[in-house]
Amino acid sequence: MNSARENILTRLRQKNITDSGEVPLFVPSYNWSGEEKIEKFSQHIQAVHAEVHRCNKQNWLKTLATVCKEKELSRLLLSLQTEIGKEVQTNPIESIELLQYEQNAEQWKQDFFSDITAGLTTTKGAIAETGSVMLWPTVQEPRLISLVPPIHIAILDAENLYDTFAQAVQEQGWVDEMPTNALLISGPSKTADIEQVLAYGVHGPKELVVIIRD
Amino acid sequence: MSSPLQQFEQFEQRIHNALDNPQVRKNFRHAMSGLMGKRALSFPDADELSELRTQDRLIRANALLKLPQLLEKLEANLIANGIQVHWAENAEQANNIALDILQSHDAKTVVKGKSMVSEEVEMNHFLEQHDVTVTESDLGEFIIQLAGEAPSHIVMPAVHKNRKEIARLFHEKFPHIPYTEDVDQLTLSARQIMRERFEQADAGITGVNFMVAETGTLCLVENEGNGRMCSTVPPLHIAITGIEKVVEKLSDVPPLLSILARSATGQLITTYFNMISSPRKEGEKDGPKEVHLILLDNGRSHVRMDEELLETLRCIRCGACMNHCPVYVQVGGHAYGTVYPGPIGTVLEPQLLGLDKIGALTSACTMCGACAEVCPVRIPLPKLINRLRSEAVEGKHGVSGLRGQGSLRKNKESVIWNFWQWLYSSPAIYGLFLKLATRLRFLTPPWLGPWTRYRTAPKPAAKSLHDMVASEGFDNE
Repeated sequence: MNSARENILTRLRQKNITDSGEVPLFVPSYNWSGEEKIEKFSQHIQAVHAEVHRCNKQNWLKTLATVCKEKELSRLLLSLQTEIGKEVQTNPIESIELLQYEQNAEQWKQDFFSDITAGLTTTKGAIAETGSVMLWPTVQEPRLISLVPPIHIAILDAENLYDTFAQAVQEQGWVDEMPTNALLISGPSKTADIEQVLAYGVHGPKELVVIIRD
Repeated sequence: MSSPLQQFEQFEQRIHNALDNPQVRKNFRHAMSGLMGKRALSFPDADELSELRTQDRLIRANALLKLPQLLEKLEANLIANGIQVHWAENAEQANNIALDILQSHDAKTVVKGKSMVSEEVEMNHFLEQHDVTVTESDLGEFIIQLAGEAPSHIVMPAVHKNRKEIARLFHEKFPHIPYTEDVDQLTLSARQIMRERFEQADAGITGVNFMVAETGTLCLVENEGNGRMCSTVPPLHIAITGIEKVVEKLSDVPPLLSILARSATGQLITTYFNMISSPRKEGEKDGPKEVHLILLDNGRSHVRMDEELLETLRCIRCGACMNHCPVYVQVGGHAYGTVYPGPIGTVLEPQLLGLDKIGALTSACTMCGACAEVCPVRIPLPKLINRLRSEAVEGKHGVSGLRGQGSLRKNKESVIWNFWQWLYSSPAIYGLFLKLATRLRFLTPPWLGPWTRYRTAPKPAAKSLHDMVASEGFDNE
């Protein structure tokens, strides 16, 4: 279809359009304090049915254990190669079996879809303005952990909270290292396709739990 | 072949069908007033909204200005990232490209994310004809696929159906599921049906909301997670979109995302914003092994030829124009008879299909201006509709590529308007006419064609405004 490419580009090049001028870079910032960012973030993401727990880097495993107990989880899918994963492994949570994503998805897709109730991931940070966590899945922490299990637990370090998405993209230098997949996640999966009635848990996770570590 | 003017009768018939269905009208009114309210609430700061609209207009205008360069840059970066790029001049080419990719992978089952461009090329129909099973996975699209219907709204495709109709449809198509009108239960049923299909699908097809030239990134906006499923679970992902969806920089994306979600549904942000920059890399355990992008022209490069009409291509498909349109809310999306309904459809479709085919749509506008007021990229929709109306009857602006110019000219109408022009351009004749009209007002016919079908005939007043003003002692200035 090289001819299609040439034809389209030739037609487009035929028309010179009057320059509309440089697009000014627009990075809104609210200069929120750390506490304000946590508040805004929590308020927005809770409004779309996510659960937020606050703790610190010393006691966060207790918070995780409480979440697992409340949700009656017996197994948790996570990467044991991340700092967080290593900590969970060395301080096992009572009656929770840790599962690793060891094989390629196609080798265990069926079990993955039917047997796993919860997945735990790290985050690249979060956005206070919209209540969104940012995920950059990696080789260690593949994409489906935050998508297929009905419960997604995301660990957020408070210092990675930004006022806006524009600010996060700029300050974290996304443009130079876009990963295979970058995600903003704002609450559990939802739909309003039937009579504009909100229903949670369509195709992605039914629950999103964010544990904020100060 | 039917004459261009027959499209008015066909359009009128579709409008009648829509107006004769009180259930559909109720569904639209309910949905549109809800969406208008939510949008308004999501923009509490009028100054911020105005600044953001200006910013987004500039971003989109800049992208259209540099379109050929940006597409080449996008292509180069996508290829460097491992994503394969295909160009399609029309629907037929786009469909054949998709089929070729699927067949070369022996892919027989496809899960599909919501894509208006795939509706535009009627991809489902084409693939089904070639023994590919396609399942729409967005709940709204899934519902209308079950019903064998087309979307009636670009964001909320099943907005014309209420829960009772959907409940009956689910029960009829999946008899093992107990009948329920509970929205949560219906949603859960869809989840269960779709999970298996996501897991087993040979390929996923999705649309794209923005493409970033600078980084070679495809961005998808959605709430349900079905777009993520389609672009992550199957071993093959095919994305299809229009050439105009490119933006220059990654920093262009946040302001567009911010206004898109709020304009469309009044959400601060959608549940998922999914940015895809490559297929599965070495060592990665999931994600498609191949990602393909089909870039569709289908008339867009012609639209761009005209400096005024090219503003059409700034559209980010939020649907706010139709949500606020007094015509759309009454007749609904199906009455338009096109893929894109509402004000943006009224502007876009006659340019893509020809005024001789669907120029009649431009008559379904009251020029109230609501659409232009809410458009997140400030497309002057009423101005463009007016331009197309004039092109349809006069066609004297001589734009290359606009098909069907002058094709809707009616002789009787042009005689009347020429008379009108003659009358109004001479003060002496106009004064004479005014005298006659007020004195002979009893002669006004009670029947004035289509005008009096729904209205009473206008009757000139006994005294003209000029006379009344003069009798009050004002001069004629």
